[in-house]
Amino acid sequence: AKAEAERATALELAVAEAQEQAAKGTNLTSPAPQMEGAYGLGRVAMAEEIAAWDVDVLPDGRGLPVGSGNAFDGEEVFADKCASCHGDFAEGVDNWPVLAGGFDTLADEDPVKTVGSYWPHLSTVYDYVYRSMPFGEAGTLTPDETYAIVAYILYSNDLIDDEFELSNENLANFDMHNKDGFVIDDRPDLEYATWRVEPCMDNCKDAVEITMRSVFLVETPPEGGTNSMMNPAKVEGLPSFSSDGPSFIPEAAPKPVKAAVEAAPEPAKADDGDVLIEAGKKVFKKCKACHQVGDGAKNKTGPHLNDLFGRTFGSVDGFKYSNTFKTALEEGRVWDEASLAEFLSKPKAYMKGTKMSFSGLKKDSDQQAINAYLATFGN
Amino acid sequence: SPDTLITELQDWASITGAGVDETPYGLPIRFEADVIRRNVEWLTASPISSINFTPIHALDGTITPQGCAFERHHSGAIELTKGDYRLMINGLVDRPLVFTYEDLERFPRENHVYFCECAANTGMEWAGAQLNGVQFTHGMIHNMEYTGVPLRALLNEAGLGAAGDFKDKWVYVEGADASSNGRSIPMEKALDDVLVAFKANGEALRMEHGYPVRLVVPGWEGNMWVKWLRRVEVTDAAVESREETSKYTDVYEDGTARKWTWVMDAKSVITSPSPQMPITHGKGPMVISGLAWSGHGQITRVDVSKDGGITWETARLGKQGDTKALTRFYLDTDWDGAPMLLQSRAMDETGYVQPTKDQLREQRGENSVYHNNCIQTWYVNAEGIAENVEVS
Repeated sequence: AKAEAERATALELAVAEAQEQAAKGTNLTSPAPQMEGAYGLGRVAMAEEIAAWDVDVLPDGRGLPVGSGNAFDGEEVFADKCASCHGDFAEGVDNWPVLAGGFDTLADEDPVKTVGSYWPHLSTVYDYVYRSMPFGEAGTLTPDETYAIVAYILYSNDLIDDEFELSNENLANFDMHNKDGFVIDDRPDLEYATWRVEPCMDNCKDAVEITMRSVFLVETPPEGGTNSMMNPAKVEGLPSFSSDGPSFIPEAAPKPVKAAVEAAPEPAKADDGDVLIEAGKKVFKKCKACHQVGDGAKNKTGPHLNDLFGRTFGSVDGFKYSNTFKTALEEGRVWDEASLAEFLSKPKAYMKGTKMSFSGLKKDSDQQAINAYLATFGN
Repeated sequence: SPDTLITELQDWASITGAGVDETPYGLPIRFEADVIRRNVEWLTASPISSINFTPIHALDGTITPQGCAFERHHSGAIELTKGDYRLMINGLVDRPLVFTYEDLERFPRENHVYFCECAANTGMEWAGAQLNGVQFTHGMIHNMEYTGVPLRALLNEAGLGAAGDFKDKWVYVEGADASSNGRSIPMEKALDDVLVAFKANGEALRMEHGYPVRLVVPGWEGNMWVKWLRRVEVTDAAVESREETSKYTDVYEDGTARKWTWVMDAKSVITSPSPQMPITHGKGPMVISGLAWSGHGQITRVDVSKDGGITWETARLGKQGDTKALTRFYLDTDWDGAPMLLQSRAMDETGYVQPTKDQLREQRGENSVYHNNCIQTWYVNAEGIAENVEVS
C-alpha cells in the first residue's frame, strides 16, 4: 500500500509538472534529441563492402577503375547491349534517349540534348553506364566494356576517332563540348529579388484575351489509363474579359471531350454509305492526333493511312515501325477490313508491342464507320 | 413528388451490410474507382522508366493517400525486404557504417508533413496549354506525413570529424534499384531537415515509394528523394551524376543551363473546378478549391482571380500552412453562370509571389522542362466546363 501511495504521489507530481510546462508554453514537441556521442548503432563497413557499392566517379576522375577501351571494340559491345534502345549510331529508338549529335541546337526551340551536345563531364557517362546500364542488366558491364562503350559514344559524336584509347588515365581530362554551358542556380538574384513584391489586387490589366486552348484533350476513363485526342477548338468565338466580367456569354458549345465520344454513330445500315462515311469522319477525330489521311498526308506519330486496305502491314516508307509490325511485314500480312477491326478492338492485344497508345474502338458501329471512311482514301 | 429514396424502404436500410474483415486491408468503395493515378503513355518510352500523376482533382484536404500518390521510377519499382535492407554511410566519415532496417528504428525519430514534387511537374506546359486536366498538368506531387530519422543523426553516428569544414562538403545519396539514381546534396541541407523515412501517413512506405526506406528532402525537387536508399557518401565535391547534369538542369533561351536548381518555388493551382471537375450544379453557391505549396517554407496567402488576373480576391486557407507542405485553399463564392477565367496565385513566408507564365518565359524562355511554377488558367464556360488555356 505504501508503494502504491508513493507511485500515486509521483504520478501526481509528474502531471503537475507537465501542466505547469504546458501553461508556460513549453514546447513538448521538440525535435528528436541531438546525440552527444554515438549511439553505438550499426556496424563498421568492411573494405570489400565499400568497394562493392562505392563505385561513383567524380568529374576529376576519382573512382575510375583501371581499364581502357576504344570505339572500334565499343561498336560491337554497343550493338549488342545498347543499340536496341539507343540505335546503332546512338541516334535513339522511339522515345529512348538520343546519345549523339544535336551540337549547336541548345539555343533552338527544341534543343537536342545528347551526351555530345549537352553533358558537361565525361565522368558522368562512365558513372552512369557502369552503374545503371544496360537497362534491365545494370551492373553487368566490366570496366573495359564500359570504357569501350563510352569511347563509342564519343566516336558517334565525332569527338574521337576509332583508334583513340580511352582509359582511367585520360578520361577525366577529356573536354566535353558543353563543359562551360552551366551556371549555378541564379534564381535568387534574377527572380526572387524582383518577384518578392506586394501583388496587384485590382485593375491589374485592362482586358484579358484567351490566346491558346489546350492541345490535348485527355479522357480519363473510369477503368484507368488515358486517351488523348487533339483539341480542334479555336480561340475565336470565346469572350474576352474586363473588370466588368466576360464580354458575352457564348452559345452553349458542345462539351469537347464528350463530343467525340457521343458523336459515335448509331449502328449504321449497310446501304447508307454516305452516312457511314460521315460518321467515320467523326470517329477519326480520335485518330487524327497521330494519323493523317487525304492529299499530302504525311507520317506523324503514326503512319499515314491512305491506301490502307490492301497494303502490307508495316510497309509505309519512312515510318519507324515497332518490331511487331516489322515481323508482320516479313510475314506479308495485309490490311483488310477484318484485320483492321480486330486491331482496333484491342490494339495492344492484336499487335503485341505496338507503339500505338490508343486503347481501341469499343463499338462495332465505330469500326464499320472507320472502315468506310478510310476506304474513301484510295485503293 | 416525394423522393422515393426517402419515402420507400431501401435495401441498405433493411438488409445487413458487409461484416468486419471482409477486406482486411480496405480499399476505397467501388464508386470511387476513378480516383486513381494515371499516366500519359506517349510521354515516355516505357512504363519501367516513367511517371504517373496523382488524381489531385478528386482529393481534398492536404494529405495524399499513398495508394494514389504519383510514382516515378527510373528502372521500375523493386521489392526489397526489411531483412535484406542495408544502409551504408561512407566517404569522409570517422567510421564507415552499415545499418540494418532494425538499427534505423532505434534512433530517435520525428514526424513531418512534406510535399514531394517532381521538378518536371507542369513541365509540358512551357510551350503552351497542353494537357487538359489538373491531374496531368499538376499531378506530379504528393503530400504525406513521414516518420523517420534525421539524416544528421546517422551522419553523427558515423562521425563527421573526417569531413573537416562542412562548407564545401556534400553527401551523395543513391538507391538500391537498378538505376541507383544518385544525387549530391550540400552538407548544409543534409544536416538541416533531410529525413531517412520509413513510414508515410502512419504505415510502411509503399513499394512504389521506396519501401522500406526512402530519403525525404523537404522543399527540394522529387528526384533527390532517393527511394530504396542504400548509401550515403560524404564527399568533397558534387558527383555531377546523370540526374544532376543531363537531367534536372534547366536550359534557357541562349542555350546555357542552370544547374543545382534544387528548391521548388511557391506554386498553386485550382483543383476544382478544373477540366476533370466541371461545375455540374449550375448557378449559386459554390466552392473554388485548390492547393498551394512552397519549398521555401510556409504558404502565407493565396489569391484567386475569376477574370484572368484583372481582379483578385484573397482565399481562405484550410488551416495555417505547414512548412514545405501542401496548403489547401478555398474561395467560397456565388457563381452567376457567366464564364470565368480562374487563376490562383500563392505567396510564401519569404514574400515570394507565384509568377505568371509570361514572367517565367521572360526569364527562362520555353525550353526549360523543369521548375514551371507559373499561374495556371482554367476557362470555365457558361455550362461549367473547364479547359486549360493561356491568356494575354
